[in-house]
Amino acid sequence: MMLQLSGVHAHYGHIHALRGIDLSVQVGEVVTLIGANGAGKSTLLMSLFGQPRVSAGRITFDGEDITRLPTHIIARRDISLVPEGRRIFPRMTVMENLLMGAVLADPRNLDVDLKRMYALFPILEERLEQRAGTLSGGEQQMLAIARALMARPKLLLLDEPSLGLAPLYIKKIFQTIRELNEDHGMTILLIEQNAHHALRAAHRGYVMQHGQITMTGTGRDLLASAEVRAAYLEGGHAAA
Amino acid sequence: MALALQQLINGLTLGAVYGLIAIGYTMVYGIIGMINFAHGDIYMVSAFIAVTGFTLLAAFGVSSVPFALVVVLIVAVLFTSVYGWAVERLAYRPLRGSTRLAPLISAIGMSIFLQNMVQLTQGARVKPIPPMLTGGIDIYETAEFTVRIAYSQMLIVLVTVGLMIAFSWLITRTSFGRQQRACEQDRTMTALLGINVDRTISLTFMLGAALAAVAGVMVTVYYGVVDFYIGFVAGIKAFTAAVLGGVGSLPGAMLGGLIIGLIEAFWSSYLSAEYKDVATFSILILVLMFRPSGLLGRPEVEKV
Repeated sequence: MMLQLSGVHAHYGHIHALRGIDLSVQVGEVVTLIGANGAGKSTLLMSLFGQPRVSAGRITFDGEDITRLPTHIIARRDISLVPEGRRIFPRMTVMENLLMGAVLADPRNLDVDLKRMYALFPILEERLEQRAGTLSGGEQQMLAIARALMARPKLLLLDEPSLGLAPLYIKKIFQTIRELNEDHGMTILLIEQNAHHALRAAHRGYVMQHGQITMTGTGRDLLASAEVRAAYLEGGHAAA
Repeated sequence: MALALQQLINGLTLGAVYGLIAIGYTMVYGIIGMINFAHGDIYMVSAFIAVTGFTLLAAFGVSSVPFALVVVLIVAVLFTSVYGWAVERLAYRPLRGSTRLAPLISAIGMSIFLQNMVQLTQGARVKPIPPMLTGGIDIYETAEFTVRIAYSQMLIVLVTVGLMIAFSWLITRTSFGRQQRACEQDRTMTALLGINVDRTISLTFMLGAALAAVAGVMVTVYYGVVDFYIGFVAGIKAFTAAVLGGVGSLPGAMLGGLIIGLIEAFWSSYLSAEYKDVATFSILILVLMFRPSGLLGRPEVEKV
């Protein structure tokens, strides 16, 4: 098991955001976590890094208990996050943002990795010297993904990578996710509101509601489930 | 004309010193959003290290001025960086995540502590060093006035320019510089990339202190006297320089320092030497009222 959460509780300010989460991701899997706005999905990803610290429960990665490790040490276990809101460094150039992603990586891979990112997102190569804050939302999203990939993570965590992107780019992002997984064996945990795409791309999925996992199964099963269809596919968004 | 030229030279020298200290304020503000009010006292501590160093070297019969300068600079930078590190570690880090006001009050406490420590251990009286870098070059002479660049002034300006170039390179071109700027922009995200934010903040304090140390040594050579109170006045003026230039901006700190230095020099020669501090603080008030983001600072509101 690559990532395992058992009975994880976390608070965000006064909100009891995670209420006993059990979730696991195996090596080589694409797992998706779907749920309405405010269900606690982003909090769950951030709590893996101790932001916020979990108040109860245990998180292990590659068999190691990482529950109490400092944020930057957890990141050094080869876990990369594309966070909610992208959080690129706005007053740095695109190139500098990519270099920040590669800060822990072997410098000998730098050129190869940069070329891979240009191939993946050609627009970034055109904008290398531009301040990241001046990019469009979609371009910032691509930069955030590229920055995360520069670290060559074993586990990639994506928080709504399709948010705010044009349909063409959404397709591209999901295609990229599939490629990273199939061709490079990267393990991926994906949060999405775009349940349809996410469930199709994932081996397994979890449905989250009010800080709890309410349903789990293979991507195919969830896609076929009446409840999921009603709440996240046909009826648009469920109430939080 | 001649007097104006002389004041220009004096003002640039003074401005270089303020600029060096201002960088420490601006960097620390940039990264943790607090004004490190103990920073001026770090500079004062460095001046005392310089006095002790020069006196000791003289006692051991070292007569080479360049050698003494280099040794004292290195020692002062090392000791003062440790002071910078310790102040952050003891007085600010435990308060991180607390209210915004708490580290500010802690900083004022640290400032008072450092002043009193030096006053108790070194005495309250003014301490002189034997004149060591005397003389200069006369560049312009009239019947009643000679414009002169003192060697110590040249030293200050040259060292400052050199440090500024090195420092700009460090911040804009190196991996450490990028990490430092990343911490300024988004500390959580920086940690998520595997960077030890606490360590970067410590290094920032040490760098700021090291620059203040150089300023302290230079001023000791320039004026030849120090006392435990110099840090307070210089600190507030450098703070004004940082605000004027735009707090958070490195070129701004240097520009602000130069402007404050020039205003002080011209004000004291043409208007009144007693009221030169009034000029500085009037600028502080005016900038805070009409352009709080400073000359080169960026406005607080940002496009999201």
